[in-house]
Amino acid sequence: MNSKTTETETLAGTTGAASRHISRDERLIFERSAPGKRGMELPPLDVPAVDPATALGRDFVRDSIEGFPEVSEIEVIRHFTRLSSWNYAIDLGMYPLGSCTMKYNPRVNEFVARLDGLASEHPQQPAEVSQGCLRILHDLQKCLLAITGMDAATLQPAAGAQGELTGLLIIRAYLESQGNARKKVLIPDSAHGTNPASVVIAGYEVQNIKSNQRGQIDTDRLREYVNDDVAALMLTNPSTIGVFEERIAEIAQILHERGALVYMDGANMNALAGIARPGDFGVDVMHLNLHKTFSTPHGGGGPGAGPVMVKKILEPFLPVPVVVQKENGQYALDHNRPRAIGRVRAYCGNFGVLLRALAYTLAYGPGIRQATEDAVVNANYIRKHLEGIFDLPYNLPSMHEVVFSDARQKKHGVNTTDIAKRLIDYGFHPYTTAFPLIVPGAMMIEPTESESREECDLFIGAMRAIAAEAEANPELLKTAPHSTRVGRLDEVAAARKPILRWKP
Amino acid sequence: MRYLPKSPSERHEMLEAIGARSVEELFQSIPAKFRLREPLPLPGPLSEMEIIQYFQARAAENARGFTSFLGAGVYQHLRSVVTDALVQRGEFLTSYTPYQAEMAQGTLTAIFEFQTLMSQLTGQEVANASMYDGSTALTEAVLMAERLTGRHRVLIARSVHPEYRQVLATYAKNLGLEIEEIRYAPSGQVDHAALTPELLAGAAAIVVQSPNFFGVLEELPALAEKTHAAGGLVVTAITEAVSLGIVRPPAEADIVAMEGQAFGVAPSYGGPYVGVIATREKFMRQMPGRLAGQTTDAAGRRGFVLTLATREQHIRREKATSNICTNEALYALVATIHLCLLGKEGLREMALQNLAKARFAQAELEKVPGVRRVFSGPTFNEFTLEFPRSVKLINTALLREKIVGPFALGTHYPELTKRALVCVTETTPRAEIEHLVTAVRRILETPI
Repeated sequence: MNSKTTETETLAGTTGAASRHISRDERLIFERSAPGKRGMELPPLDVPAVDPATALGRDFVRDSIEGFPEVSEIEVIRHFTRLSSWNYAIDLGMYPLGSCTMKYNPRVNEFVARLDGLASEHPQQPAEVSQGCLRILHDLQKCLLAITGMDAATLQPAAGAQGELTGLLIIRAYLESQGNARKKVLIPDSAHGTNPASVVIAGYEVQNIKSNQRGQIDTDRLREYVNDDVAALMLTNPSTIGVFEERIAEIAQILHERGALVYMDGANMNALAGIARPGDFGVDVMHLNLHKTFSTPHGGGGPGAGPVMVKKILEPFLPVPVVVQKENGQYALDHNRPRAIGRVRAYCGNFGVLLRALAYTLAYGPGIRQATEDAVVNANYIRKHLEGIFDLPYNLPSMHEVVFSDARQKKHGVNTTDIAKRLIDYGFHPYTTAFPLIVPGAMMIEPTESESREECDLFIGAMRAIAAEAEANPELLKTAPHSTRVGRLDEVAAARKPILRWKP
Repeated sequence: MRYLPKSPSERHEMLEAIGARSVEELFQSIPAKFRLREPLPLPGPLSEMEIIQYFQARAAENARGFTSFLGAGVYQHLRSVVTDALVQRGEFLTSYTPYQAEMAQGTLTAIFEFQTLMSQLTGQEVANASMYDGSTALTEAVLMAERLTGRHRVLIARSVHPEYRQVLATYAKNLGLEIEEIRYAPSGQVDHAALTPELLAGAAAIVVQSPNFFGVLEELPALAEKTHAAGGLVVTAITEAVSLGIVRPPAEADIVAMEGQAFGVAPSYGGPYVGVIATREKFMRQMPGRLAGQTTDAAGRRGFVLTLATREQHIRREKATSNICTNEALYALVATIHLCLLGKEGLREMALQNLAKARFAQAELEKVPGVRRVFSGPTFNEFTLEFPRSVKLINTALLREKIVGPFALGTHYPELTKRALVCVTETTPRAEIEHLVTAVRRILETPI
């Protein structure tokens, strides 16, 4: 296998004479295992030992776990350090993933999240010895309400999608209290996939609405759709093409006139923080993704947190418990809320993520506006330098992200995925491919405020070089990446006959 | 601002390149009446030192330095500094969801190892990576059982974590899913006598937890036989995953919903944790959440990719198995590294220490006049005791001794006032157990 590999790398040509180091060939931890090794020791037992079969009964005890790893501490360190070297990360460079807001994750946030007295606290401990945790949650709520211009908040949802569900359940409970829960939720065709999936769990039908030629919500069509069966419109603003819905006030009015509500997916809040507040432009419910706008680390796919902010009329329906400050200044968890939708997650949500988001907000204070401005400057700077080279399907003012398409490169048989894979060879993570669905062959670019001009210039240079390669040598793109440990992987084979675990 | 990598003149030059006279021009698409004129009323900006001081002050307002006897779904276990050092590597911490497999093989390989470890521990064939936590994993497992059976009634033991049941109720309410609670027996286990053939007929699943919320292990084989005979599925929740070091895995269950917090994740006032769903291979296409699968590249090199994505929302939208997108990948990595360090022997030893310490604490507490054991079923590291006084009053007095007392069951079970769930793990020194016993004795001897 080794000789075959080396041969392919040489064929690919771009890694030159790079030699294959052992760290690139790390096996699975199970394949390193040998009986009798271990990487962690416990202090000796200071009470009498107990025989499990006697204590629990023979039927309740297990045999030793077949195939479970047995490795030493240094092997664990080497294994996972080697694995980590096969990853790309924000700490290594730019992640121009549209709609994902991959910004710098401040290190001080990691430090404070690990403090004794915060990381060590149990969610069921009495409020009188949890005042610090409760105040953190309350302070964060106040910051998020100030930024969004909303009236009340819950921090319980564990991620954006759960925030969506929570917001929809709140809408449902409110409409039920008005006498009719209604049947449908309207969703623009540019929306994230989580939106329709959340609508279904909230017990509503999805009604997709087609965007107009400008990629915006068609208000005439919206007027036709909104009737007494419609519970809400779920919109992302700025939309997933990075453009502000100019007619947002009219949109909200159309819904409110028929007793329906406006839900805003706050995935793109990085374009608005400190500039404009959704609470001012007619939004009734929204969620934020703290792992996007508020800098908490993505960690290879999570954790996140998806706080939900609502207008006053919806406050009684927030999930329990709600963090409150009592008249005597003490903080408490209020469980006594008879109209609440219930609970969406155990305890108070992803406290460790919430805490990091507060640390981020405190670092900026009112200066959060500067971060938003820089994010928008970066997106427009990149747009300016790539316009004319890549197709721009919607020529509207960009905010924090810009969406190109692969229309020009298609002529050479190269698509958005090929360009994305080639970007890897230039040391960048790809942009978002094939989303939003309203742009065929989408290339969605969001640099965030964390990129310097120099980094933006490097990205622009890479994209221009790739555009030239697409004309001169399309095959180079179609077989990219050429510089990584493994080449393009066979996803079809992986799905056809899934191998989801190692077996001895 | 230290997080922003632009000088004032670079900002100016970039605006010039764009062709904008001022940054305000870039926000013209927002109607003027919605553009803020005043700075937001936010505290800050704070320097790094000030941020640390703010959070240190908050930590001092909590139960720092207290000994805790709380479990009830969240457990204090030993954690190695090795795990934390590794997960703080930026290559893991600041990496995105591994959709671009070629530059995310580190995360994908670790996920594959996590799936393997979870399968081995639970005695199931496949496991996902991951769900938000145990409570949402259980809810998703129930919805999965509903899809698999086409039945819309679920039986759930009252001895399942009350907050997990509340989350399930919130999700079920609008989906036409009927939930019936099953009482517990004097053993603390689900009352098998209550599970009549009439009740089981037409039920999608019976949901139990083991060890259950009272700390008692459930007898799964008998339960599974009955349920399968009626065409239903067995869904098992696990909140104290360390128990799997010595306790027989729920191999008879069809779907296991587990909270992985016990594997090296700090309590952190309720999260982030890591939920897992494990199941039989034949059910995997109805399983929600991300899955890493093994494959090869054109040169035949082994690699891993996210697979079976046609179950997920970004492909299937309203027809997806779940709306989950962001999950708890970093904490799946924590659990993976932690379990690799502990290994086969270490996990077993840790579980044995929990059992021994809990048994010691239980015996010592039972010597206090008026304190007695409530349930007769076998327990791991938690057990239920009855006290001659309100648990709340006892716990208030214990706080003065720098002890966070056991969980008062009356909060969720009106019939169990004066009963408390005591948790003892390998992290509780014998001296602290003895301190608790002395304190409880003294409190109970003091006239009210």
